[in-house]
Amino acid sequence: MVTAMRKLHQRSAAKSNQAKYQNTSNSKKHESAIRQVSGSARYVDDIPEPANILHAAIGISPCTSGKIVSLDLSEVKSSEGVADVITADDVPGHIDIAPVFDGDPVLAHKQIKFHGQPIFAVLADTVMHARQAALKAKIEIASDTPTLSVQQATEKNSTVRPPHFMKMGDADKALKKAENTARGSVSIGGQEHLYLEGQVSMAIPEEQDRMFVYTSSQHPSEVQKLVAEVLGVKLHKVVVDMRRMGGGFGGKETQAAQWACIAALLAMRNQRAVKLRLPRQQDMMVTGKRHPFENQFEVGFTADGMIEAVKHHINGNCGHSADLSDAIVDRAMFHADNCYYAPHCDIEGHRLKTNMVSHTAYRGFGGPQGMIMAEAVMDKVARKTGLDPLTVRKRNLYSTENGSETPYGMEIEHHLIADLIERLETSSEYWTRRKAITLFNEQSPIIKKGLALCPVKFGISFTAKHLNQAGALVHIYTDGSIQANHGGTEMGQGLHTKIAQIVAHEFGVEFDDVEVTSTRTDKVPNTSPTAASSGSDLNGKAVQNACLSIKRKLAEFYLSEVLQLKTANISHVQFISNHIQFEQHTMNFVDLIQQAYFARVPLSSSGFYKTPKIHYNRETGKGRPFFYFAYGAAVSEVSVDTLTGEYKVDRVDIVHDVGASLNPAIDIGQIEGGFIQGMGWLTTEDLRWDETGKLTSNNLATYKIPAIGDTPDVFNVELYPRANEEETIYHSKAVGEPPFMLAMSVWCALKDAISSLSEYKIDPDLNAPATPERVFNAIGKVKQ
Amino acid sequence: MIRFLLNDQLVTLEDTPSDLTLLNFLREYKSMTGTKEGCASGDCGACTVVLAELKKNQQRPEPYTLPDTLQYRAINSCVTFLSALHGKQLITVEHLSNGHSAETLHPVQQAMVAQHASQCGFCTPGFVMSLFALYHNVSQESHHTPISRHRVEQALSGNLCRCTGYRPIIDAALSCCEHSAKDEFSANQAKTIEALHAIQQQSEGVDLGTPSLLMPTNREQMREAIKQYPKARIVAGSTDLALETTQQLKTLKTLISVSAMASMKRATKTESGLEIGAACPFSDVSPLILAYFPELSELIERFASLPIRNQATLGGNIANASPIGDMPPVLLALNASVVVDNGINEHQIPLSEFFTAYKQTRLAADEWLSKILIPCKAKGDLLKAYKISKRFEDDISAVCAVFVIRLKNGMVESVSSGFGGVAATPLTCPELAEKVVGKVWCKSETMQIGQAVLLQAFNPIDDVRASAHYRKQMLANLWHRFWLETSAQDNPIAVRVISSEQISEYGDSHA
Repeated sequence: MVTAMRKLHQRSAAKSNQAKYQNTSNSKKHESAIRQVSGSARYVDDIPEPANILHAAIGISPCTSGKIVSLDLSEVKSSEGVADVITADDVPGHIDIAPVFDGDPVLAHKQIKFHGQPIFAVLADTVMHARQAALKAKIEIASDTPTLSVQQATEKNSTVRPPHFMKMGDADKALKKAENTARGSVSIGGQEHLYLEGQVSMAIPEEQDRMFVYTSSQHPSEVQKLVAEVLGVKLHKVVVDMRRMGGGFGGKETQAAQWACIAALLAMRNQRAVKLRLPRQQDMMVTGKRHPFENQFEVGFTADGMIEAVKHHINGNCGHSADLSDAIVDRAMFHADNCYYAPHCDIEGHRLKTNMVSHTAYRGFGGPQGMIMAEAVMDKVARKTGLDPLTVRKRNLYSTENGSETPYGMEIEHHLIADLIERLETSSEYWTRRKAITLFNEQSPIIKKGLALCPVKFGISFTAKHLNQAGALVHIYTDGSIQANHGGTEMGQGLHTKIAQIVAHEFGVEFDDVEVTSTRTDKVPNTSPTAASSGSDLNGKAVQNACLSIKRKLAEFYLSEVLQLKTANISHVQFISNHIQFEQHTMNFVDLIQQAYFARVPLSSSGFYKTPKIHYNRETGKGRPFFYFAYGAAVSEVSVDTLTGEYKVDRVDIVHDVGASLNPAIDIGQIEGGFIQGMGWLTTEDLRWDETGKLTSNNLATYKIPAIGDTPDVFNVELYPRANEEETIYHSKAVGEPPFMLAMSVWCALKDAISSLSEYKIDPDLNAPATPERVFNAIGKVKQ
Repeated sequence: MIRFLLNDQLVTLEDTPSDLTLLNFLREYKSMTGTKEGCASGDCGACTVVLAELKKNQQRPEPYTLPDTLQYRAINSCVTFLSALHGKQLITVEHLSNGHSAETLHPVQQAMVAQHASQCGFCTPGFVMSLFALYHNVSQESHHTPISRHRVEQALSGNLCRCTGYRPIIDAALSCCEHSAKDEFSANQAKTIEALHAIQQQSEGVDLGTPSLLMPTNREQMREAIKQYPKARIVAGSTDLALETTQQLKTLKTLISVSAMASMKRATKTESGLEIGAACPFSDVSPLILAYFPELSELIERFASLPIRNQATLGGNIANASPIGDMPPVLLALNASVVVDNGINEHQIPLSEFFTAYKQTRLAADEWLSKILIPCKAKGDLLKAYKISKRFEDDISAVCAVFVIRLKNGMVESVSSGFGGVAATPLTCPELAEKVVGKVWCKSETMQIGQAVLLQAFNPIDDVRASAHYRKQMLANLWHRFWLETSAQDNPIAVRVISSEQISEYGDSHA
């Protein structure tokens, strides 16, 4: 018996030249799967240790905000097994390792900005000795009053970056004239990444001032740059190697660098290999999380549920520094419309500074915290008008009739969401189940069911334009085997598998003849983070370009040297089924490579790619920040216990758009995994800080991510059968982040169940995460 | 001396530190890095390994001769001390396959690959080991019925995956257990049993344990051990004590393990009730408890996770004196007692008098908790145990409430109760009985009287799991749920978000 019925729709080629890519569209197993199941896939902490290795630990601030008055590390230094102790004063180069703007010291320098901020690092013979020594510091801090909430930060006008505005039409005027208006607010919790492999780096000093670093990072190039900067050497002295992460989810985009820098600093000083692995609780305390947001909206609408105007007030809790918060709050703003057109729209986005760990990238990158506001608006309008929430959603979709301009001036070109929703409406039997649920609720006094369909439209591209580039390096060896290297990192998402498929397809060889090697800064330089769902879009194209340039040389050689056809057109040469082919001529690929080698044809090439069409003007708040959009929709059904607030997600149906899938199994894995992670964000994953600013949900006993029983019994996932209109790699679409937001349907379904207590008259206030306690409180308010 | 099989190699340890965890032993001493550290607190399952233990054939009358089966259990190696290994076979992920090709993988590994059930792969070895234990238990069952999804969820309740959303893992489990043929471990079973039996024989008359990790085998030795090391901590399942070293970084210089105390590892039904040795792993005693208290199935299956239940003991759950342990509320409501021993005298203390303050009990410095006595309930007594937590599986309760009621002609004859998460210790609520006894049970006023009592009875705190307000409301509303579940004769209404089939299935699942 198989739990989930999955329908894999082979895409119908949108363009005639698509047909030849069919053979990449198969579900290859993850390239590391066999090694993963047998425990032989190596993560940083599994790499055999150099003989003279020492282990590092960090000492952290016991206080939330203030000045370091004195730091007595004598007992740390004299603790058993200790070899070295460093503070910010011992950093030869830059102390600040912030990724974009200033404000993230590698070790706290004079000022404490959040509870748990690393102040010093200790090096010892064993992990335990280092960690035990780190507890022995005497730290005196002159505390000041910390800023701990969006509200406090707003009152103090405490921000990490200036606000940003997007405007279309005249929302104020339209709201005044609107038939009906309503307001709402949602407090949206953050999220701990909880990658199963915690932060870890191993630095190995090489000759003179050279440094080799193994790290678990989504951004090896940034690790290279920051390691070089803290050491005070140029970038070419540092090599970073990254084979795989045990999960990233954004938590190893900027957050991995600090541990690599500390390990490298200690390695350089002591000329010994150094490993720094954070214990789980410390990892949870000292690394940034998804931003909590406190958002408000005001909407004007007609009696038949048409949006006339909407204003969004988006407020991100950024923590103590900017990190990536500017782009994250921007992305929240870019997604506050979701799939819905509003003729008049005002969106303002604030970046509040608080004494918390600096919040950072997390799957969706602010998008979810903005998009949920669009869904909050839809639910509000539905309850005010008495219409079914799905009816309101469908009526307001971007379309040629309603309008297709987003608040930031980008035109929606391909209106596929209406069709996608219709497909899901049918396959999930939305309306039949809606009737059944209404009937059930009438007869069930304690347990109430809820149902909701939410669409997702997610913009694909880094909003920082320069990051939309990628490099690759492809080598063919004399036995015909191929190594591919690219700037992307493997964190489980199957990027290397897709890359190997692309290379195998380009050369017409077997998947197993292609090896994708670890990401290294000495193979492909100046790479972008593997983030923004861009991994296969950017690196897939760069790898393809590298393949094309080798193929061109091989084709020329084959025609002119092997076949002696000096005038033939190389565009008719094909690489297929382990052979090169031209008209009736054919030659085995391995033979071709061997002959090419002896004929001194280059068998290696780099490749490069940059995303076309994108631009955005921050002054005007207008442009085309995204190359394209990825779409999806989900229907969730829940049961809620009105006595306790406990609930269960009974059934989920998803239709999701990945364009022409490079690997349907991997894409479905991203959709299902993204959905469950999103569900965790909106339900049980409850970050808690106490009144002093200390994180109290700081381990797995107090912070609960979904467990196996939380996966709905019925979980149908279907790929939407339509190729990407844009020229992406084989017309596929990015898949990493967009499905995360499908979980909004769970939140809306919970609200639907609670709303049933008011005969669907009241839109309940339900902040996220909707823990049983919050659901219980929302029920209480509706019953009043 | 601690002697065990590490995969198929005999290992003898004479001098390892007492507080060395099995995970660190594997990764740091043996350079076996297939087993991962995710949390070092028994909450994620990345470190899961399997212990195979000799199991005497139940069919054969005592005295038995050769034990003839192996029992496979998944445990969390990060919260296990090495005393747990003596006389057992430790199976790690490295041992499951013979090579690195798809053909040589164990069937559970093959299923994981086939179903695309690994993404980042860091949790995968742990899932593989939990699945391996499940596969073995299924393959040894004589009646071959297809396993249920619920049983898969139980087997994997201690393994977290952040990437897949679990669907492909569930499919992998269902597909490989559908035809769970005998694997190489079954083929080698006789050899393994022989090797383990040899260890047992060699251990006779030899001091078990190491100089810093004492493993007394009888009361006299236990008494001596405590006398010699008055500051040493007593360890049973180690699932909580190990956190002091892995999380608080304490050095536990000397430990006294009760895992070789045969007298504390028996669980029997006596005339008056159940007598449960304090050192019995939960998984060993839960079938007995469920045979007499089937109503506890949901709570017991929600007690931590399967790997923790395979290690943790009922004695530990009580002696720990945590206000949020799951079993004390049950035992309070069932009027259980504990037996306290000092090696010379044993005496009995009602559990309601055992807890004195937060994490404090009436155990004297030279005493240990040896047994738990649970009186049988009378026929017709209505028992329900409820737990409220953020996550359904493997979570610590915000509130735990257990009610037992006896009715006579529709009137309440007696009520007993136990609560967790409401005060510094687990507590009963005698006032509930005082106010409700004598009332007609099916009347809603009776329910309301109880609610009023419970709303006033305790002063719980606000913490990371719940607010004080919610906790109080839950006590009242769980009482309401109890009343709804037990008072209605004909038209019972749905009061649970999990289905009744699901609840009833809890009792069927196998450890």
